Amino acid sequence: MIVNEIADSVLRPKLMEMGVIIGQELTVLFRAPFGDPIAVDVNGYMLSLRLDEAALIEVVDINEQTISFEPVR
Amino acid sequence: MKIALLGNPNTGKSSIFNMLTGMRQHVGNFPGVTVDKKSGILNLGQEDHTIIDLPGTYSLYPRSKDEQVVYEVLSNKNHVDFPDVAVVVTDQSNLKRNFFLFTQIYDLKIPTVLVLNMSDIASRKGIKIDLDAINQAFPSAQIVVTTAKIGLGKERLLNAIAEAKDRKCENGFLENAFICPLDDLACQEKEADKRYEAIKLLITKVQSIDNSQEKPKVQALDKILVHPVLGYLIFALVLLVIFQFIFAFASYPMDFIESTFAHLSSFLSATLPNGVFADLLTQGIVPGIGGVVVFIPQIALLFFFIALLEESGYLARVVFIMDRLMRPLGLNGKSVVPLLSSAACAIPGIMATRTIADWKERMITILVAPIISCSARIPVFTLLISLVIPKQTIVGFLNLQGLVLFALYALGVVSALLVAVVLKIVLKSKDKGYLLLELPTYKAPLWKNVGLTVLSKIRVFVLDAGKVILAISIILWLLATYGPSTRMAAAEKQINQQSAQNHWSEQVHDQKLAAIKLENSFIGIMGKGIEPFIAPLGYDWKIGISLITSFAAREVFVGSLATIYAVNAEEGGNMRLIDRMRSEKRMDGKPVYSLASGVSLMVFYVYAMQCMATLAVVKRETKSWKWPLIQIGFMGIMAYFGALITFNLLS
Repeated sequence: MIVNEIADSVLRPKLMEMGVIIGQELTVLFRAPFGDPIAVDVNGYMLSLRLDEAALIEVVDINEQTISFEPVR
Repeated sequence: MKIALLGNPNTGKSSIFNMLTGMRQHVGNFPGVTVDKKSGILNLGQEDHTIIDLPGTYSLYPRSKDEQVVYEVLSNKNHVDFPDVAVVVTDQSNLKRNFFLFTQIYDLKIPTVLVLNMSDIASRKGIKIDLDAINQAFPSAQIVVTTAKIGLGKERLLNAIAEAKDRKCENGFLENAFICPLDDLACQEKEADKRYEAIKLLITKVQSIDNSQEKPKVQALDKILVHPVLGYLIFALVLLVIFQFIFAFASYPMDFIESTFAHLSSFLSATLPNGVFADLLTQGIVPGIGGVVVFIPQIALLFFFIALLEESGYLARVVFIMDRLMRPLGLNGKSVVPLLSSAACAIPGIMATRTIADWKERMITILVAPIISCSARIPVFTLLISLVIPKQTIVGFLNLQGLVLFALYALGVVSALLVAVVLKIVLKSKDKGYLLLELPTYKAPLWKNVGLTVLSKIRVFVLDAGKVILAISIILWLLATYGPSTRMAAAEKQINQQSAQNHWSEQVHDQKLAAIKLENSFIGIMGKGIEPFIAPLGYDWKIGISLITSFAAREVFVGSLATIYAVNAEEGGNMRLIDRMRSEKRMDGKPVYSLASGVSLMVFYVYAMQCMATLAVVKRETKSWKWPLIQIGFMGIMAYFGALITFNLLS
């Protein structure tokens, strides 16, 4: 899946600096035991983020469908 | 010449630092922030130069309090640490992300050395880099290839630093080479977009990847270490091993250190002529230094393990699997190791919070760590338990005394977690807590890095915290030894008279004299002064004196009581002290140490911050007296009211 948009947040510049930029391909590699946080491949390195952090990132899959992570409340 | 070392986390930056400086390292302070300033000396030609190891960051702009120094040092030409040369360490296997920071530094037009590190991992991933193309793209930078973990490229790097100094930096990497103000996030986002666009274009020119060698993205180890059952099981096992070492095995070198210093003291007092100076040396300074040195085994062992976990990449996985569990407490997965080691001793535990990047999570961990019962409380607990808790079996098989000891430990752990929840609400932080953590690839730890970490932690403890510990222990000794001179003289005369009348042996005479001297010393006067204040807890002034002296360390409580009751605790062990305490009566004829006052004292020792070494370490780690004082305050309040409630419930 590919990053389509990142929601406006104080974390946005940090995400961008860590390589999560629009057009970047992301792959979810695995999840922590309670489903949160998750580990994502970003251009060859492994980034772990909490679900509410991942929810900031809007991605589209190959079929251009929007997927979003919903944080577990 | 001043050199700054920069780079993303997990790029082998500390290996480069260790390779360049070896043992010539020093830990100091940046003004205003809690992050340590790690600097070292490197030798170029015949001259020594200072190199500062700045915190690992992904960008010039700080995203946490501790990252701020990077921006401060580099953006202000008048800063005392502004470098003549910036050395940026990058991971060759992830140039795209690593070039983000590097090109920012390049755009600051500071003479820059680009270190392409980790050649081995890059070639394993089939990544090939065209050095000429990189050279062309960054004409004003020096470019060096290294594999720091095997010490490859040291000479090349030193030469590059020497040459970089005179490089003229004219053009930046981005057009207009713009760098944003610290608080303009919109500008920083715009910069990030532009920068990555330019880097992506550059990468296609300088790097080629042979995909046939690509390894699976998820390593086999991650399937085990992050597994819902195995992951926690393995982590529990790792904790058990660490705990075993710092709790049990560390006691051998600690006992050795204690007896060595005790021998040194008695040797000195036997050889030196009697006098104030000899007393100060043998009873104040030597035991004070011993009280610092005795912590070294636990610190060394804990940091040996933490460095191993961190170097290997496992610590990031611990954070990953613990994050969800610790989040409601306002704690971080990295808090688990410091808190657990606090069950042996809070000193190394608090020093280990360094790995927690978020300020608030780190502060909460530091503030609650001393509430977890440490091994210094055991002598106090066992003395009081055998005094007031009957030796009996309940529910068929449970030993009541053991059960009480367990309950005291549980009380400490539960209270620490509750206080954490409260602090999570109370503490205000500008930073929004986030995870966003890189999970580095697993690698074999470098023993040199592990060893240097252990050494640097010991040095920091002895030099920084040691001063405070020594100072407080000398002050406490002075207060316990001296008092108003007329009062002391009268007391001594009284004992001499009684001794002559009752034909006391020399030993009895000395014990009675020590007791009455402590009673009339400044601490003794303070102990009597606080009696009205502690009477509601069930304590008399003799306990009051011991509470004050045991501010040095909790186990001092036992020794102080032995002095006050004039019993020789060494002869016949604690039993004589216990017998003596059991016969101690209040004015109304009831025993001083009842179930109510005994349990009340135990609860007091669960909560009270009775440890000057912890105080010194919290001061050193938070870089101010504010936090240790707050900690003494709230732990003191918890101790007082906890003991008050306990006493009233039980009497």
